[in-house]
Amino acid sequence: MSVRARLRNLEPSFVVVVGLGAILVFLVLYPLFWLLVGSLYNPASGGFGLANFAAAYGRERYIIALRNSLVLGTAVTALCSVVAVPMAWAVSRTNMPGKTLVRMLTLGAFATPPYLGALAWILLAGPNAGWLNAAYRAITGSATGIFNIFSFPGLVFIIAIYSYPYLFVFTSTALDSVSSEMEDAANILGAGRWRTISRVTLPLVVPAIAGGAIITFLESIALFGSPAMIAIPARYNVVTTQLLEFFSYPVRVQVAEAYALPLLAVTVALYLLQQRLIGRRGYVTLTGKSGERRPIELGRLRWPAFAGCMFVAGLSVVLPLAVIVQAAFARTWTRGFGLDNLTWGNFHYVLLEQPATARSMINTFTFAAAAAVLALGLALAIAYLVERKLIRFAGILSFLCLAPFVVPGIVLAIGFYAAYAARPFFLYGTAAIMILAFTTRFLPIAYANAGAAIRSINPEMEEAVRILGGSRWLAVRRVLAPLLKGSLASAWLLVFIPATRELSTAIFLYGPNTQVMSVMLLNLTDEGRLEAAAAFGLLLLAAIILIALTGFGLLGRDFMVRRSE
Amino acid sequence: MSVPAGGVKLALRGIGRRFGDVVAVSDVTLELRAGEFASLLGPSGCGKTTTLRMIAGFIRPTEGTIEMDGEVLSSAQTSRPPERRNMSMIFQSYAIWPHLTVAENVAFGLTLRQLSASAIRAKVERMLAAVRLHALAERYPAELSGGQQQRVALARAMVIEPGVLLLDEPLSNLDAGLREEMRFEIRRLHDEFRITTVYVTHDQAEAMVTSDRIAVMNQGRVEQIDPPYILYNRPRTKFVAGFIGRTNFLHAKVEGGAMRVDGLAIDPARLLAGTDIKPCGSMTMSIRPQSIILTAAPPAARPDQPGWFMEGTVAQRAYLGEHWDYLVTPANSTAQLRASASPACIFEVGDRVWLSIDPAQIVWLP
Repeated sequence: MSVRARLRNLEPSFVVVVGLGAILVFLVLYPLFWLLVGSLYNPASGGFGLANFAAAYGRERYIIALRNSLVLGTAVTALCSVVAVPMAWAVSRTNMPGKTLVRMLTLGAFATPPYLGALAWILLAGPNAGWLNAAYRAITGSATGIFNIFSFPGLVFIIAIYSYPYLFVFTSTALDSVSSEMEDAANILGAGRWRTISRVTLPLVVPAIAGGAIITFLESIALFGSPAMIAIPARYNVVTTQLLEFFSYPVRVQVAEAYALPLLAVTVALYLLQQRLIGRRGYVTLTGKSGERRPIELGRLRWPAFAGCMFVAGLSVVLPLAVIVQAAFARTWTRGFGLDNLTWGNFHYVLLEQPATARSMINTFTFAAAAAVLALGLALAIAYLVERKLIRFAGILSFLCLAPFVVPGIVLAIGFYAAYAARPFFLYGTAAIMILAFTTRFLPIAYANAGAAIRSINPEMEEAVRILGGSRWLAVRRVLAPLLKGSLASAWLLVFIPATRELSTAIFLYGPNTQVMSVMLLNLTDEGRLEAAAAFGLLLLAAIILIALTGFGLLGRDFMVRRSE
Repeated sequence: MSVPAGGVKLALRGIGRRFGDVVAVSDVTLELRAGEFASLLGPSGCGKTTTLRMIAGFIRPTEGTIEMDGEVLSSAQTSRPPERRNMSMIFQSYAIWPHLTVAENVAFGLTLRQLSASAIRAKVERMLAAVRLHALAERYPAELSGGQQQRVALARAMVIEPGVLLLDEPLSNLDAGLREEMRFEIRRLHDEFRITTVYVTHDQAEAMVTSDRIAVMNQGRVEQIDPPYILYNRPRTKFVAGFIGRTNFLHAKVEGGAMRVDGLAIDPARLLAGTDIKPCGSMTMSIRPQSIILTAAPPAARPDQPGWFMEGTVAQRAYLGEHWDYLVTPANSTAQLRASASPACIFEVGDRVWLSIDPAQIVWLP
């Protein structure tokens, strides 16, 4: 084929493809590249070498922090497994009462920002003054409390009560797709109830449980907020708080980069393992309801099972919410409920007295909204090219879109810092670096949703436009866009909501004018202004819930959703 | 149902399509006169949909050319995009846009052609009346039944008066009764508007009801292109004979003037009388079940008339309402023949029967 013919046949989308590829390179590859280069760079000598790694792993306390993270992750995962798997089984397979309530409260635990939960548990189980300790002292007459959240077990506990939903969702989804007939088949061959569970039901969902366990482990070692609030006062470090230390005076960015690489490596390796597990043939796929399912009769155990589930949900949602509300409206949170202790002062303080806190609220929602628009726009364009098979090697673009999923937020932040903070971009402390980092962090969510949305539209819908004389662009505008409206709005919310509460990506990138609510909450807690922090957290929570409800309310009424069924 | 006279509207000249190493379509040649209705008929995976999508311009051929009104639309080098072909298409899923009303769906193509609002309204109204949907113009597609959606798809495709209309298995999502009704509806609309049409289906009854000519496809190639009557009565390949209707295949071997059909010795002169087939080597004959007449008594053979008679035993039978289906084993033969008989013609399994076959009804295949 001649060059001219080739040029004539070039899809006009070629330019678009190159542009999208370039954006992805800058958002995803460039920061990681600088993370790697920076870790090898020696600012003193100007040369390259392993000096940063020597510094990062040369001191015992740094190694201990690394070990702490691994122990923390393992302990959290073990605790979550013990709690979440039986809960998931009870909710999905038995006649336990209140199953919907348990599911909703688990969703609530999932939606609560972990650092807000940590704040609540400082109020609940802080040594001496914490509510639970006060109650204990009042009941027993003891002089000292028994709970101390500022401890390693305390940290494991508060991370676990907000991480168990991962395992719960993985396990219950898998259990939901196991047909009762599978169990009936075992029964008819002579297996009893417990034998059936142990030999048939459980093995069917083991890959899902293992997958959920790995995600739990990864999330807990990548977490920054809870360790910062609990581990630092308790005077020990995990990897993420150690990274913060490298960023404090004297700032040693290159050492931080070297220190962050193993975290990235562990995450990538475990994620690949998780994908293998899920991909194995044993995994029960979620393609619709397979066969009839009958709940298992628990008999006398029905209410004890419900009590157990509610105990977990109470620890993660009900109690924390109660203390947060109490503290937010209290002059002094330790004085408990009482009319004389009620005040609007905390809200007045964070909304009006402190320009920084008020500003951070605006920042939070504008950054999150902008990042959600950017991530979704990018994801949509790429998902369209990939799903409609418009270009070769589209797999590379979709890989780049999904890659940030395995990068812990704090590592991504260090990469962005290395790549864009200084020359030639000088983005440190700007809104742009925050928005771009959030965009990258949530690009995988946006991409997964955009891809699913486009897959749900039969390509023949667009082909019908083209054969009637409309261009591809017209088909996108007049048919695809209106049909996708509903699912795109919910995809936008799914990016926007986590972006409003993101902490670990923000912590190394914010400047004096670009603080966000999560950072501010951490600082307020740090300063000991727990009532103000509680009021602020409540505002964040209320705003998220309000936006989610408004969003889903609008979508629910959208006639598109019904008519396109 | 005569083949309309007219110039060549659409021509496929030796088109082929490879996907990597897989040959989906190979050397398909087909000429449609203006106003003709042709079907591409074949089993799934035979390349018929790929061929249709090449005509529409969604897929580019790797070999050959597609021409409309003498202009090349597609070749391995260039392909005019679908939107500039002045065709329209009815999709398997109908692809009715759920966010537009029936009238808006039908008007879409006219709007793109920048007709005046009043012209659009008039055309849409006339077309909706033609497909008997005028009462439902303001409905949304989700409020329509499957058959009504099908009519919307037809109206939307035909209202722009395309040069060529393409239909991709349009009835496969309908239930049996509706499918039969829509076959005649499609043909009726064709007789009314005379749009050159290519129809893809795997259902021979659909193709036979609607088409002027049928191209039977198998493994990416066209086996035979002919009007339904000829296709059924004079299939040229074993595949066509077996795919269109039911038939019995018998294997004939000719050696030195003597012919043996599955163990039976037959005088070739009796079978081949009136044909120009020269008995030689091995041949396959195709005999339709309804070409075999079953009688209880031996037929009175007249020596001056050709004919093939033999005795056999009923091995299986099934009553299908409109006719009996018998499976008969001829005496001294390994073959089994399927024969249709009228409901009044009753034999029990194990009965001895006589089979008579008119040689003119036998189709000889290579």
